[in-house]
Amino acid sequence: MKALSVDHLLGIKQLTEADIQLIFETADHFKEVINRPIKKVPSLRDITIANLFFENSTRTKLSFELAEKRLSADILNFSAAQSSVKKGETLVDTVNNILAMKVDIVVMRHPNPGAAQFLSQRVNACIINAGDGTHEHPTQALLDAYSLREKMGDLKGKKIAIVGDIRHSRVALSNIFALKLLGAEVKLCAPKSLLPKYSTSLGVGVETQLMKALKWCDAANMLRVQNERMEVGYFPSTREYALQYGLTLDKLNQLRKDIIILHPGPINRGVEITTEVADSEHAIILDQVENGVAIRMAIIYLLASKLNTNIK
Amino acid sequence: MPSKVLLDGVHLDTLLHRLAWQLIEKHKDFSNTILIGLQPRGVELLERLIRRIQLQKDLPNLTFGKLDTTFFRDDFRRSEKIHAASASEMNVNIEGKSVVLIDDVLYTGRSIRAALTAVDSYGRPKNIELLVLIDRRFSRHLPIQPDYVGAQIDVLQGDKVRVKWEPETQKSIVYLETENA
Repeated sequence: MKALSVDHLLGIKQLTEADIQLIFETADHFKEVINRPIKKVPSLRDITIANLFFENSTRTKLSFELAEKRLSADILNFSAAQSSVKKGETLVDTVNNILAMKVDIVVMRHPNPGAAQFLSQRVNACIINAGDGTHEHPTQALLDAYSLREKMGDLKGKKIAIVGDIRHSRVALSNIFALKLLGAEVKLCAPKSLLPKYSTSLGVGVETQLMKALKWCDAANMLRVQNERMEVGYFPSTREYALQYGLTLDKLNQLRKDIIILHPGPINRGVEITTEVADSEHAIILDQVENGVAIRMAIIYLLASKLNTNIK
Repeated sequence: MPSKVLLDGVHLDTLLHRLAWQLIEKHKDFSNTILIGLQPRGVELLERLIRRIQLQKDLPNLTFGKLDTTFFRDDFRRSEKIHAASASEMNVNIEGKSVVLIDDVLYTGRSIRAALTAVDSYGRPKNIELLVLIDRRFSRHLPIQPDYVGAQIDVLQGDKVRVKWEPETQKSIVYLETENA
């Protein structure tokens, strides 16, 4: 069988199209597994995984935890708020101390871009990036693309709009890399202040008017406005943002065609997307959550199969 | 790799015929039985057996599934080879039913052990039987024996016994793949 071309999952940037296809095929099998009466396989029963969350998370953390448990791995959970990081311990020290407890895989979320890469060069474990600052969030992009593929088939030539706070979004960057690898066309839509400076160099289109982007696309990924990462005001008011860039049922009806709506969560209902849209049949938000577990099981399984073992 | 034909199509045809009748004899109208082919190679055998059984008897209740055991294997991270998973299609309720696991070649018994654990995830069957086309004798690593056997074959450790299915069973063969001829 094919194996992944990488030993860590740091970002989509390091992956090939074949890697993504392998992850999707494996996820198909795990999706069947998690719909069985007993949703567990014993593959990883001799593997220990540490989930290090230096930043808040609900969905991703629960999803990783569930994926690891479904694979029968032993898990350690760590969140920065209750740890010695507050006492001044460095990242490498923290992780090495955890690894001294014989941990094989580290799943890490960190507020600093590049934290996963940094760690992978310094510690002896397989690293899975669960989001590093405004840089990448590879598992989210993979589950987004996987959910789209489930609804619309092969993504080659499909048009995907990514709408909202692109500047502060790791989901956007990972999504761009993943969708481009799979042959989709990508357009970013946001007020100019929320677009990164060099976005066109990524080979994507840019549009500042929401209706134009929606008319163009087959699917739209609605991102959250990340107020926690904004030191200055990027738009006059939340109300004005919602009027210009919020997705309403009215706007969807004007399109006279069906598009698929994604949202990585957490949703700010009434800001980037209204309740009616989020709960409509256009939205595949809950499919994304279910697929997230299957995708993460596939990634962990495939990376674990490459781990050096001292069993022999 | 050099190969030698162990069983030709005509012989294979007879074996399939006998196995199908043995199943009919034991399971009557199959209303409490579920046939499960093990992915990937047991599924070929399963499909042929079903066709044989249907030829003999009209059985609307004949239910079957396809089971992949990759994630239950005991050699994950222990063998150089990475095993690719196949799809499981288990849209059947095995609770309280008689299950017959079906595979082409029984060798060490390890994949059957994996299958026994995997079947467990779908419920608690009344009992489980094992049907194999080829039983490689004296090579078991585990105390596992088949209930229905097509043929028993003795070959050297390290050699591989393969079944090559053709659309017409009469043209299929069982052959030997040997490392050191």
